[in-house]
Amino acid sequence: MSLDLFHYLALTLGQKAPIAAICVGFCCGLLGCFVVVRRVALVGDAISHAVFPGVVAGFIWSPDRNPWMIFLCALVAGLFGVVVVRAIVSSTRLKSDAALGIVLASFFAFGVFWNSTQQLAGVKGYLFGDLTTIADGDLWMMTGATAAVTTLIFIFLRPFRVLSFDEGFAIGLGYPVRFLNALFFGLLAFAVVVAMQAVGVILVSAMLITPAATAYLLTDRIQKMMGLSVLIGVFAAVGGWWISGLDNRLQTGPVITLLASFIFALIYLFAPRHGVLAKFLRHAGRKSRVHRENTLKSIYRILEGEGFKVAGVGVEQLAEVRKLSIEDVLKDGKDLVDNDEATWEEGKTAIYLTSPGWRRATEIVRNHRLWELYLTDQADYAADHVHDDAEKIEHVLGADTVRKLERDLNFPEFDPHGKPIPSLEATLTMEKTIGKQEGTGY
Amino acid sequence: MLSWNPWGWMMMMCFFVALPCALLGVYLILRRMSLVGDAISHSALPGIVVAFAFVGDLSSPWLLVGAAVAGVLVTVLIEQIHRRTRIKQDSAIGIAFTSLFALGLVLIRFLVGDKVHLDQDCVLEGDVSHVAYAKIVSMFGADVPDALIPAGIVAIATVILITVFYRTLTLSSFDSGLAASFGYKPGVVHYALMAVLSVVVVAAFEAVGAILVIALLILPGATAYLCTHRLKLMLVLSAVHALISSIAGIYISVYFNGKESAGVVIAGTLLFLLAWLVGPVDGVMVKAVQRRKNTLDKSELE
Repeated sequence: MSLDLFHYLALTLGQKAPIAAICVGFCCGLLGCFVVVRRVALVGDAISHAVFPGVVAGFIWSPDRNPWMIFLCALVAGLFGVVVVRAIVSSTRLKSDAALGIVLASFFAFGVFWNSTQQLAGVKGYLFGDLTTIADGDLWMMTGATAAVTTLIFIFLRPFRVLSFDEGFAIGLGYPVRFLNALFFGLLAFAVVVAMQAVGVILVSAMLITPAATAYLLTDRIQKMMGLSVLIGVFAAVGGWWISGLDNRLQTGPVITLLASFIFALIYLFAPRHGVLAKFLRHAGRKSRVHRENTLKSIYRILEGEGFKVAGVGVEQLAEVRKLSIEDVLKDGKDLVDNDEATWEEGKTAIYLTSPGWRRATEIVRNHRLWELYLTDQADYAADHVHDDAEKIEHVLGADTVRKLERDLNFPEFDPHGKPIPSLEATLTMEKTIGKQEGTGY
Repeated sequence: MLSWNPWGWMMMMCFFVALPCALLGVYLILRRMSLVGDAISHSALPGIVVAFAFVGDLSSPWLLVGAAVAGVLVTVLIEQIHRRTRIKQDSAIGIAFTSLFALGLVLIRFLVGDKVHLDQDCVLEGDVSHVAYAKIVSMFGADVPDALIPAGIVAIATVILITVFYRTLTLSSFDSGLAASFGYKPGVVHYALMAVLSVVVVAAFEAVGAILVIALLILPGATAYLCTHRLKLMLVLSAVHALISSIAGIYISVYFNGKESAGVVIAGTLLFLLAWLVGPVDGVMVKAVQRRKNTLDKSELE
């Protein structure tokens, strides 16, 4: 992307704000991914506050308000802030949260103080930032900075990726970690100073964190995350700018932030895998399955106690075994019936397993007893200690694991308590007899 | 009987603001929640704005209530984000406080308008000097500026609360599991701390603004942390830090003709730097001397 193209776009659109919005969304969205994954999200916050004295210095030393000069001073101040944070963390017992807070507030206080002694105009405008009043020079600098940040990130994509997920591994691979860290935080300071002019000192954090965190909920791959984060960042920035144009009381920075937060809230609730709703549904589904399987198991045990001579279990009998009220058992039974795992006798006094229900019940009992045997035989558990563990694991053992357990235990027939472990053939024969009984209308 | 000059009142105002911040900050540092203090100080804004829109008075105690609600709300949001998803706490803090702060900025324009002094400027910097021009009221036989009274009440209330709940607070800060097994409720303690913190932050809001209050919260505790291993001493030292930085800060700001609130923070920062260098427990120089002594001891042994 050449700078000329951006400038051309700016001229044709006749407005600088959307170009600036795209730059900020792009730059922060890209860098934000690493920031979120590395768990240094609030370093951006600290940098954005720490640049204040730099901005003041820039305004003092460059009376003609040269944006590059101010930018440079701000950058130096921001980087110095990062250095101080690292120094505090490495040389004292203070943790990074306290170090960040100290740097953030004391640098900012120094800036406020210096500014108040000099009575400079315009410094605060720089801090609060406003897309709509951005100057030509600033826009040039933004596009330049965005291009530089993007290029460097793509050149160092691989080492940055390793560094973000596992710093120790990066050292092991022989990457120059110190240099990479310096480069990373340098880029971060760069992006923060750029974005500050668009959304203001406090809301920079939003541009840096929110789009990347949103993307983090949508994907497990960093490249995809970077793409999504940039998309969300640009959309929030441009959309926020557009919305803030609707009412003159709306400022761009806060609206952009709120739009980004709104997108985050939507994804937080409705993301397909990591969303709260999806997790809740998955959890509820699993819970009701485990509950159904426990009912099936009880029915199996009752039938086993009767020597498999009858096919149905009375509701009262089931309630007694499960230590539940009749109403609860009726509800559990309804769950089974709704899942085609059982059928009611007329009048709901007894319940019969269907073929799938019968198979699932056998599987669960089989998992349970196999696991108990495995624990006593191979893990040296006492026979009276294995039941609770098996109660949990029986619901999650897959077919492969069961086959492996059987092989390891040499195809056992009885569990440690002497109860028979139902085998697959037995299940099939039982199914046939059950089928017959159903056929005869037992 | 007392006829202090304006600077004296300003020092007192700064101390009343800094003292409760310093004491609560000690617990924030121990709980590794310094940046939650940052989040709360920013998030108080929408609470204040909404409360102000209802009562229409900047000195109303309802503003404290609004801020406390907003402060607890932001801690709830942070927890909902980082407990329920794989987003870590630092990102969750960033998302939650920027959202609420942005909401506050938008609400200011819609609910408050430009008539009242409640804007980004006061959020960022605050102003202490109004104490000097405030109405003088008589209290306990002394003539005090009325702006000092709410800050004084908050300061004294915080000291009392921390003294009364010292055991609970300390135990749940160091070992919430043990606290729970003793029958204390770490969850309740957590949210109560956050609510008190919000009130304290708002009381400090007008004087020092949302960002400098973070310095008042963290610097005293951090300085004391570098000087001692004992909690009680740490609390005392942080109070001393608040006192010295309030007095020295006003002197600094008078000398350089700068902003008072920022002067107080600069004085506090200087104290922190001092502790970082020569703090008896964690000072860089002390540790260097210790290392040197250790190596000497070893060479003697050989």
